[in-house]
Amino acid sequence: MSTSTPVTPATERSSPDSSMQQRLAKLVQPLILLAPAGFWLFLLLVIPTLLILQLSLVPGIRPGQPIQGFGLGNYLEIFQPIYLRVIGRSISYAIGTTVICLLLGFPVAYWIAVLAPKRWRNLLLICFVLPLWTSSLLRAYAWITILRPTGVLNSLLAAIGLPGQTWLNRDPAVFIGMSYSFLPYIVLILYASLEKLDKRLLEAAADLGAPPQTAFWQVTVPQTLPGIAAGGLLVFITSLGDFVVPELLGGASSMTTARLIYNQFLGATRNWGLGSALSILLILGVSLAIALLIKYGDRNADGLV
Amino acid sequence: MYAFMYLPILVLAFYSFNASRFSATWQGFSLKWYYSLFNDARILSALGTSLKVAGGAVAISAVLGTMMAVGLAKYRFPGKGLYRGVSYLPLIIPDIAIAVATLVFMASLAIRLSIWTIIAAHVVFCLAYIGVVVSTRLTGLNPHLEEAALDLGATPLQAFIQVLLPELMPAIISGCLLAFVLSMDDLLISSFTSGGGANTLPMEIFSRVRTGVKPDINALSVVLILFSGALAFLAEFIRHQGERRRSGV
Repeated sequence: MSTSTPVTPATERSSPDSSMQQRLAKLVQPLILLAPAGFWLFLLLVIPTLLILQLSLVPGIRPGQPIQGFGLGNYLEIFQPIYLRVIGRSISYAIGTTVICLLLGFPVAYWIAVLAPKRWRNLLLICFVLPLWTSSLLRAYAWITILRPTGVLNSLLAAIGLPGQTWLNRDPAVFIGMSYSFLPYIVLILYASLEKLDKRLLEAAADLGAPPQTAFWQVTVPQTLPGIAAGGLLVFITSLGDFVVPELLGGASSMTTARLIYNQFLGATRNWGLGSALSILLILGVSLAIALLIKYGDRNADGLV
Repeated sequence: MYAFMYLPILVLAFYSFNASRFSATWQGFSLKWYYSLFNDARILSALGTSLKVAGGAVAISAVLGTMMAVGLAKYRFPGKGLYRGVSYLPLIIPDIAIAVATLVFMASLAIRLSIWTIIAAHVVFCLAYIGVVVSTRLTGLNPHLEEAALDLGATPLQAFIQVLLPELMPAIISGCLLAFVLSMDDLLISSFTSGGGANTLPMEIFSRVRTGVKPDINALSVVLILFSGALAFLAEFIRHQGERRRSGV
């Protein structure tokens, strides 16, 4: 172990006793700083994760049962069509939400970072992400009020003579609720990368005769690609594991992986083995998405250099 | 888009003053939902539990998270990459998986679930967020200040408390605010680690909202939104002040 603390003055070094003390201090200091948090994370994060990995290998285990007979039964059970449909639905919700968030978030971030007057930018950004600070449960709940059959949206639609929608407890409500929940994240990340955009390149493109549209696709988008990838990934992994929105807005027809896991532990089913296997699968899925980004991001960085 | 972001909040605010219980139409101005809210013992006790959990978890995490960030920035040791990776995990792994793992862990040790197990579980993610915020600030810091203090004869502890800590304060506070809000908002980890012994506010809201629209929840939303809006502005203000001071030096 080495520290970046500077060489101590020679006067103190002369006595062998204090040099011993110092060597000891060099060893103890990092321990004092890092051990408590490390211990906490190890005890309440690493060990529990390993435990559910172990449980996931015990077929059909329920609370209170002894752990015996390892096997891949839980993972094989996931391959039943009902569970595969649930996983497929989770993935399609996550992909759909990511696409919607990118399509809605990019113009907003672009407007704040490039088009809006400079001194208003910070305030505009803060105001846009302010809803993030409010309870995600209540934000999902607000959409119930809007989307329910006798809710605000249908009252408005009826007032202008349009037929009412029945989105609540169906897919559209989940997409609306998730996009609404995660839009601030993507705007934050896209803003950060659009703000760094080198505007001289856009001017150069214009000087060389590129129409604004070409300049946008050839200059702006490639330069913000890392931001787009990072923001998209963040939305993807958060919506993949989201519980609140599908539970409150999706109804019985939109069972997702997170809801299925919840049911295995706090719901009626109580199959801890299957629940653990699904959790491990969820963690693997998220890790895979991140690994893909890192690989893709690196290649992208190489391409730029 | 701004309208889209604020539409749901405005709708909640609008209905919280509506006299009617069921109808979507306006039936006159009324404060009765606020009265019933502030006389609702379950809501108030759940709010108390949530505040205790968030306060306790953030207090522990502030100390541990800051120490972790400083330690990671200062020292090199074998396994550092792994340590750092593990400290990022709570930001990446979905809540439901953390919740499940913690429940299984507690069950396997036969630990009785209570408010303390909720706090212990919340420390895990609060720690991670505070660590990240403080680390970001540390990378932009002048390392020579602490060295100068040491050269001038300060003990490492003195240098840490009198030089490094004041420099890190804005980051620690904004990290704490972020962790506090996340802890107050958490439903899954609390549900899995409370074991019926304690009821946090999100758990109480969840169990009510599941069965339909409740007007007193509208009133509660408005109160909470005002509260967290104020917190958000406070956090932003502190960050802004910190940045100004840094650029001023």
